[in-house]
Amino acid sequence: MTPEDRPPLVTTYQRLAPVTVPILAILTALVVAGGAVVAAGSNPLEAYWALIDGAFGSWDRLATTVGRATPFIGTALAMAFAYKAGLFNIGAEGQILAGALAAAWVGTWSWLQGWPGPVLIVVVLASGTFGGFVWGLIPGVLKARTGAHEVITTIMMNFIMALAAAWLVNSLNPVILRDTEVSVARTRPLPAGARLPELVSGTKLHLGLFLMLALVGLTAWVLEKTTFGFEVRAVGTNPEAARYAGMSVNRTIIAAMAISGAMAGLAGAGQVSGAEGHLSPGIFVNVGFDAIAIALLARANAYGIVPAALLWGALLSGAPLMQQRAGMSTDLVRIIEAAILVFIAGDVIIRYLFRIRTPEGTDGP
Amino acid sequence: MADTGHPVLELTGITKTFPGVVANRDVSFSLEQGEIHCLLGENGAGKSTLMNVVFGLYQPDSGTMRVNGREMAFSSSADAIAERIGMVHQHFQLVPTLSVLENVVLGAETVRHGVLDMDEPRAALERLSADYGLPIDPDALVGDLSVGIRQRVELLKALYRDADILILDEPTAVLTPGEVDEFLSTTRELVRSGKSVIFITHKLREVLAVADRITVLRGGEVVGSTVPGETDEAELASMMVGREVSFTVDRGESHPGEKVLSVRDLRVLDNRGVAMVEGCSFEVRAGEIFGIAGVEGNGQRELVEALAGMRPVDSGDLRLGGRSLVGLGPRQIAELAVGHIPEDRSRHGLIAPFAVSDNLVLNQYHRSPFSRRLVRNRIAVESHAAELVDKFDIRTPGISVPVGQLSGGNQQKVVVAREMSRPLKLLLVAQPTRGLDVGSIEFIHSQLVRMRDRGTAILLVSAELDEVLGLADTVGVLYRGRVVATMAAEEADRGRIGLLMASGVEAA
Repeated sequence: MTPEDRPPLVTTYQRLAPVTVPILAILTALVVAGGAVVAAGSNPLEAYWALIDGAFGSWDRLATTVGRATPFIGTALAMAFAYKAGLFNIGAEGQILAGALAAAWVGTWSWLQGWPGPVLIVVVLASGTFGGFVWGLIPGVLKARTGAHEVITTIMMNFIMALAAAWLVNSLNPVILRDTEVSVARTRPLPAGARLPELVSGTKLHLGLFLMLALVGLTAWVLEKTTFGFEVRAVGTNPEAARYAGMSVNRTIIAAMAISGAMAGLAGAGQVSGAEGHLSPGIFVNVGFDAIAIALLARANAYGIVPAALLWGALLSGAPLMQQRAGMSTDLVRIIEAAILVFIAGDVIIRYLFRIRTPEGTDGP
Repeated sequence: MADTGHPVLELTGITKTFPGVVANRDVSFSLEQGEIHCLLGENGAGKSTLMNVVFGLYQPDSGTMRVNGREMAFSSSADAIAERIGMVHQHFQLVPTLSVLENVVLGAETVRHGVLDMDEPRAALERLSADYGLPIDPDALVGDLSVGIRQRVELLKALYRDADILILDEPTAVLTPGEVDEFLSTTRELVRSGKSVIFITHKLREVLAVADRITVLRGGEVVGSTVPGETDEAELASMMVGREVSFTVDRGESHPGEKVLSVRDLRVLDNRGVAMVEGCSFEVRAGEIFGIAGVEGNGQRELVEALAGMRPVDSGDLRLGGRSLVGLGPRQIAELAVGHIPEDRSRHGLIAPFAVSDNLVLNQYHRSPFSRRLVRNRIAVESHAAELVDKFDIRTPGISVPVGQLSGGNQQKVVVAREMSRPLKLLLVAQPTRGLDVGSIEFIHSQLVRMRDRGTAILLVSAELDEVLGLADTVGVLYRGRVVATMAAEEADRGRIGLLMASGVEAA
């Protein structure tokens, strides 16, 4: 059958593959994880209903879901941007922390304190962006100058940052960033003027959400419309041809890694300034790794990251209610996430199950 | 050859369609015991599809296939191999990190008590190698072998599986002229010892040299069958293309002007640090095509890459109109009005998933009017593309289609259009027609001549001696990284150049 002969519905079905494959992967994952629920002696429908209710069942729950998704948007975007340049940035975990640390430190500088709120917020966010920028720049330079693989270097940079942050925040002798007036280990609080406003009081949803959404639009625009974005995509797709065409592959790699780091850093600063008001070392554990999953689910498409991040936020914020009502461990959520990833990474399975052809002549994202 | 004459393979009325195209329409074809049957056709004529049907990789929509008189329907290549059919693919199916022996046994390993036995296969391989005159080192890593030797490994792989019917898909496309001759005599050796060969190609000279019978495919249909004694290149070409084809490039006198490129005592290293170009000197003048003849691997690639700024100059000098190019990068050199049609279009020349329009500005995307203040101007890019698609007759469903979906000839036209769409002082051209069909070759040759007539200096590097002789105004022979002789085109004949290519010295 030629494409013209095929019934229009089938053609539409095939054309929507970039959207339907992730959605079908999610649904298939839910079915598979449902098996785990049954094995554990619970009712999967009840568990899933509780999960949905917990994530979206009230305005506050919805706000919590969106609030949890907010940092995922920035870190997944960081991952996706580097991916477009052909780089697998595993370092969002360290870069978000670098940004958060810089923001939490600069925000408590005493000589800044009298400044007007908006200026303070900009200074705090810029510091965080710069912190992430530096933490992304280093593996970028290492890759360009020495060929050191970014997967290895960013993993190592994650360890360095996690341990450095723990020390800087925990240390009592000497006291470096720790707030000595509270018993828990965290940095001194940011002044009220340096805080991004809450959107829904009592939840962790803050104005940083719009910042992250703006970043999504900006990233898509840079990639699609600017010469730099063209260079990033060219280097990511065929570095040899990019070099032949006169692009500087090394400069593009360095810039893409640094910008990727900066995005994650901004996400971290936004959380410190918005949701938290201070930094405790453990709060970003796994955020950078979840970002990898979210970016893959969104197939590294900037706009696709928003729903993917929301899904992750929903799974995390709905889990406690599921545990309470259905008696399922919150770990079930991790099983669902993992199953989604398996079906996304092995999209051949989904394409086979749902009869979606692999597009010809195109490479992945 | 007591056993010749009866058909070992008969295809009747084979039709195979893909979404949107009929690749084979009612094709009938037969192969007799002990013959070389050439399947001739342009790219996209359906040759490879037909052979993939025979090898069980595709299932035909209709038609029947008989092997040794019995009707067969293969559902996979394993079925074909079981019927003693072997195929040597155009793109080798070898694992570069494994040895020759390991590649040969891969998929047909001998196992004894659950353990891999390599002694028996080694003896079998050595026997095959001796029987068919295909010398090979079983322990050499395939990744270290030249293209010609890798092909030999592919052939031994098929023979190791006891193939009696051998399908050779464009076996000479990647070989040097010397390797081609060797390969053709190997093929004759194979049929002499009882094998039957289907030889797929679009090179007419080879067909006439080696075939017992010739079948021509065009647009998925058989347009005719003949034998070498009753036909010639011109007739075969017009059968293939469907119209008269001129083999001689239509070009007038050249009017060389001042010196544009001068290369002095150049030395360039390859990736391993070996000097591939050494003591190389020559000059190219405006309005002339300087053709470099030479067996591949004599420094052609390194020479062109150094000229294009993609590979550092180790020592010596390169000058463009008096200005040194040493130390400049690809963009700086391109901005001095130097164009480059690279040897490997898919690796260097194009970004396959990008749109045709983006590929047409791949080296100018950052300049006005294609970009203003760092933002791309889509309208300018698209109107530029529409203009070039029209001017260079690029057959594409649209300018936003990924360039990787175009045929090889049209992909090359995209590269040619891009490089020729701006005024150039110097155009570097490497293997401009490799793997292309007759129609595209004609077109690209005429474009090169047009560029020359507008005063551009052209450096042409080609493994096809005919191409160099047909286009060049001045011919230089590259031997071990050095231009060993330079002569006007009128003084260049195949014999003289062939000797220089092979030995680096003139006949005594």
